[in-house]
Amino acid sequence: MSSLTPRTSEPATGTAPGTARGPARRRRIAPVPTLVLLLGALYCLLPVAWVVIASTKSGRELFSTFTFWPGTGLAGNLSDLHAYRDGVYWRWMGNSALYAGLGALLSTCVSAFSGYALATYRFRGRETLFNVLLAGVLMPPVILAVPQYLLLAKADLTDSHLAVLLPQILSPYGVYLARIYAAAAVPADVVEAGRMDGAGEWRIFTRVALPMMVPGLVTVFLFQFVAVWNNFLLPYIMLSDDEKFPITLGLYTLLEQGANTPALYTLVITGAFLAVLPLVALFLVVQRFWSLDLLSGAVKS
Amino acid sequence: MRSARRRGSYGVKRAPYLFLVPATALFLLFFALPIGYALWLSLRKVRVSGLGLGSGARTEVWAGLENYTGALSDSELLGGALRVLGYGCIVVPVMLGLALLFALMLDSERVRLAPFTRLAIFLPYAVPGVVAALLWGFLYLPDVSPFYFVLDELGLPQPDLLDGGPLYLALSNIAVWGGTGFNMIVIYTALRAIPAEVYEAAKLDGATPLQIALRIKIPMVAPSLVLTFFFSIIATLQVFNEPTTLKPLTNSVSTTWSPLMKVYQDAFGNGDIHAAAAQATLIALVTLVLSFGFLRAADRGNKRDAGQGDAR
Repeated sequence: MSSLTPRTSEPATGTAPGTARGPARRRRIAPVPTLVLLLGALYCLLPVAWVVIASTKSGRELFSTFTFWPGTGLAGNLSDLHAYRDGVYWRWMGNSALYAGLGALLSTCVSAFSGYALATYRFRGRETLFNVLLAGVLMPPVILAVPQYLLLAKADLTDSHLAVLLPQILSPYGVYLARIYAAAAVPADVVEAGRMDGAGEWRIFTRVALPMMVPGLVTVFLFQFVAVWNNFLLPYIMLSDDEKFPITLGLYTLLEQGANTPALYTLVITGAFLAVLPLVALFLVVQRFWSLDLLSGAVKS
Repeated sequence: MRSARRRGSYGVKRAPYLFLVPATALFLLFFALPIGYALWLSLRKVRVSGLGLGSGARTEVWAGLENYTGALSDSELLGGALRVLGYGCIVVPVMLGLALLFALMLDSERVRLAPFTRLAIFLPYAVPGVVAALLWGFLYLPDVSPFYFVLDELGLPQPDLLDGGPLYLALSNIAVWGGTGFNMIVIYTALRAIPAEVYEAAKLDGATPLQIALRIKIPMVAPSLVLTFFFSIIATLQVFNEPTTLKPLTNSVSTTWSPLMKVYQDAFGNGDIHAAAAQATLIALVTLVLSFGFLRAADRGNKRDAGQGDAR
């Protein structure tokens, strides 16, 4: 399922044509691909390595010592960050976790309902509805966010957690993935058998179809979690009270203030370092459940 | 039994609509209504009478297409569109070229450390765009950057990465860094789905890995290249986070650097929501036309290829 986990076998070296030239050849490393990939990995890891090292430096060390030489200020930086405006940084982290966690959970539920209905039922208006929902993916976020702000202002909901949460629940991409996955994973005769046994539609969905859709729904959840966690524009437009900021917006305001005062640089850098950690940790833990194959499966159909 | 059946078939008719109620309600509230409202706003304007003081001095009136003609002749918006065009011409080919290259390398034989490098190249996907721009922003600052340190040691000239032409490269680099890994995974997954038998004949004929990549692999993953291209164009037209984040670090990124930043500036900086709505509508139209135009062109290309395949 997962394309990020290592291949269990090496089909390339295992297939007959590759081995036909003899075992000595098989064991040799292909230098060019390995080198190219290592360079790519170096490029991608460079800024991350930099922020890890820079976060250990005190303000003075940051400007005086070689960039990739660790400093001695990590504990000081962490306590500075903790002390900054009574620990507002942890507030931002908590808000991000709330927006991304709850938002992605609700989004997955809505995607599961819609994807299941679109995949297993035949009903009038099905394709029209699907296409209309999908068209949402093409809308630039700003054409939505500005009027969303004005409308939510009329309902007196701007500058609240709901203003960031509600617009991100419907994910056209999530509906699309859920439909593809439900079509592939939930056989029609299983649903029909449930009906023959006299089970209601809701019961068939929760007891039979939902368990079959779990791997696909994990993927939908993760995509949406990353999308909400990384979102900047919507909270930037909706929020003005920094107690409700997610981490992206919090770091941005910190940078905006810090740009003119290099003393705040270390705070921004340490904050950026800590902001990267949760998602990287999440990735390393869940990568085996993440079926990106869905993407190319979607392409093929 | 009979009653259960009847209830069942009644439920079967109604069930899909009930399942789709949440999505439809959310779509109406947070997609359709805002779009309709934006269109409405774009056709209106504020008329200020007298000195603009007092409650009756500002009235909303019908503006027709005035806001649209205003947007089309706005040199700042046009400038932003041209900047984003230049930026996109760097980002899309470089990002997808690298993604394809890495995917082909991952898929080649006898490559070492593939799981590690694959994860490392995918890692930036987990880094929010704002944080990515912030990290690179610091790496572009002469005071803290290792690049400047190396240039300094070697006695080479030190270009200002946050100004003029290099600014485009600096911004493009952030997008390439953040997007290559995801596109690589999409292409790589498609490569892995190609059955091994496809290569066998070519290998027996003595084709080199390069020939196999160019003549077999790339044509077979063309659909995922189309998909990644499509999403890259949409993302490029909507660039907002990276230049906004770099703005505090340099004076060369104006508040209207990209069209979306201009929309934001007009709506919230200048308080002219009617002009902002017209500009946002224009950007959405350009996005729709470009993406559908591209999909149709790609579709036509596919059909032609398929036709050739049948003929053979």
